[in-house]
Amino acid sequence: MKIAIASNGNTLESTLDKSFGRCSYFIIYDKESKAVEYIPNPNKDMEENAGPASVELVASKSVSKIISYEFGMKIKPLLDSLKIQMIVLKDSGKQIREIIEMLNH
Amino acid sequence: MSPRIKTIRKVLNPPVIKGFKPYGPETGKLDTEPVNLLYEEYEALRLSDYDMLNHHQSSILMEVSRPTFTRIYASALQKIAKAFVEGRQIAINGGKVYFDSDWYNCKGCNCNFNNPERDEEVLKCPLCGDERIKSFDPDQMSNLERPSGTDDLCICMNCGSTQLHKTGVPCNQHVCLECGSRMKRKGTPGAKIKRN
Repeated sequence: MKIAIASNGNTLESTLDKSFGRCSYFIIYDKESKAVEYIPNPNKDMEENAGPASVELVASKSVSKIISYEFGMKIKPLLDSLKIQMIVLKDSGKQIREIIEMLNH
Repeated sequence: MSPRIKTIRKVLNPPVIKGFKPYGPETGKLDTEPVNLLYEEYEALRLSDYDMLNHHQSSILMEVSRPTFTRIYASALQKIAKAFVEGRQIAINGGKVYFDSDWYNCKGCNCNFNNPERDEEVLKCPLCGDERIKSFDPDQMSNLERPSGTDDLCICMNCGSTQLHKTGVPCNQHVCLECGSRMKRKGTPGAKIKRN
């Protein structure tokens, strides 16, 4: 099972980004193989529709969950129809390392 | 130019049945090609004729514009009439829809999550595995800007105050009690308050 995390950097010490569509990096964590993949977000500076474009990018990696600080209003319909679970974590100081540890509960 | 992409319509719950079959001695002799009723048409019929909401309220719930809702509703009636008159089956499937998912809150890590797999019950938090979870009302969430409730309100474009819409009176004939300017229907695309 793959999980995407919206992060503001490409290290495990980075924290959650405040935005999903315009975050700096997507971190794809594979729960089975424990592999971590960093994808720079090409939609970072888009004027509009960064959210749907990011959904497309993340969905192409066949993730089943997305963790972010916040989701825009265009995203829920898309993710519901793709059956991807949204997890809203209102703790922007959380490091990616801590989130991955939580996922391995 | 490719045509404009359809907005995804929100459907609260999938219908309990997959369709309808006619019965009677003549049914075997008729053309049996079923009429395909789309999920969005089923939902339009449910909202306006079962829940007795008006088209404006229903359109907010389905997250489409009021004219689009009326078109969906008209098409639903047309298809059902066709099935009744010609003795066809009705099959309910297809359409550009998504089924709304519910929100949950986890006490262990204080995260909110939704459950897009409607058939599976949520037993533990997907993040920390805690079992202390409860349902959560998304209207309290500040990050999801959605029209809360379906009260039929008029909104003042000048000061943002609202009042109940009077049936039969056009919205622009409603006058704001606070500042005296004309009002618009709340929830329609043109009725967003200008922010500086």
